[in-house]
Amino acid sequence: MKARWWITGLVVAFLLALLSPIASKFPDGLERVAEDHGFIEKAAEAPFQVIPDYTFPGIENEAIATIIAGVLGTILVTGLGFGLAYILKSKHEA
Amino acid sequence: MHIPDGFINVPVAVTTGAVAVAAVAVAVKVTNKKIGDKQVPMMGVLAAFIFAAQMLNFPVAGGTSGHFVGAALAAILLGPWAAILIMSSVLIVQCLIFQDGGLLALGANITNMGIISGFVGYYIYKGIDILFKHGRTGIMIGSFAGSWFGVVAAALACAAELAISGTSPWEVAIPAMGGVHMIIGVGEGLITATVLGLIMAVRSDLLKLQIT
Repeated sequence: MKARWWITGLVVAFLLALLSPIASKFPDGLERVAEDHGFIEKAAEAPFQVIPDYTFPGIENEAIATIIAGVLGTILVTGLGFGLAYILKSKHEA
Repeated sequence: MHIPDGFINVPVAVTTGAVAVAAVAVAVKVTNKKIGDKQVPMMGVLAAFIFAAQMLNFPVAGGTSGHFVGAALAAILLGPWAAILIMSSVLIVQCLIFQDGGLLALGANITNMGIISGFVGYYIYKGIDILFKHGRTGIMIGSFAGSWFGVVAAALACAAELAISGTSPWEVAIPAMGGVHMIIGVGEGLITATVLGLIMAVRSDLLKLQIT
């Protein structure tokens, strides 16, 4: 049986989300520049926090907390992407 | 490359915010006019792939990491306008839910990683694709080069915003941001070219969905 191409694409995306705990913990390009050139302390805390640092709060195992955050985020953006495209598509037909 | 709050000043935040709102408005209009059946799932899949891939920071030289941006990939597959919508969706979720990128800096992040990166990536890809007469070589070189330039352009825009905000002087911000992202961009180029290569091998019809 041949899976629809976009289901294959989504499976790949969710597999990547499951791999999220192996991501490098080093600062990224901008953070590195900010550290090296003395403006990292200018970064302000967010006024509210939902799932900061891609780690689902209240879960002791960091890898699992990261995976849950990654999968949740992937579900959210998938819905947003499909939803937005679907709305734009249906309005255009109307 | 997500700018947190505190790195850019209010004028820069307001200006880039206005740029982002205007670009999203045009993107909605253009996409609404031309979106078809195949583009709908592609937008969902690209948003999912880009979000997940962005979480996977890869180490580069000297205790630094980089991550995939994905605007060029989205722009190559769906055109730069749909890419703006995809990248905005990803950046808004990252900002509101994951506190990655500041609230006031959201417009700057959309401008850099959604608009500039996508447009630069798309037109460099297009140019190389035409130069190679739409062959496989052109698609591979074009996707690598387009996404590399896309990341470097976003980094330079970010550096300019930092400099204008008085956070870091021009002569520091430009070479530092440009330099490290010229390395990170190689990762971006390899990922984008790999995805394009796979799609070309399995479903080359999906390379013809650009909304322009």
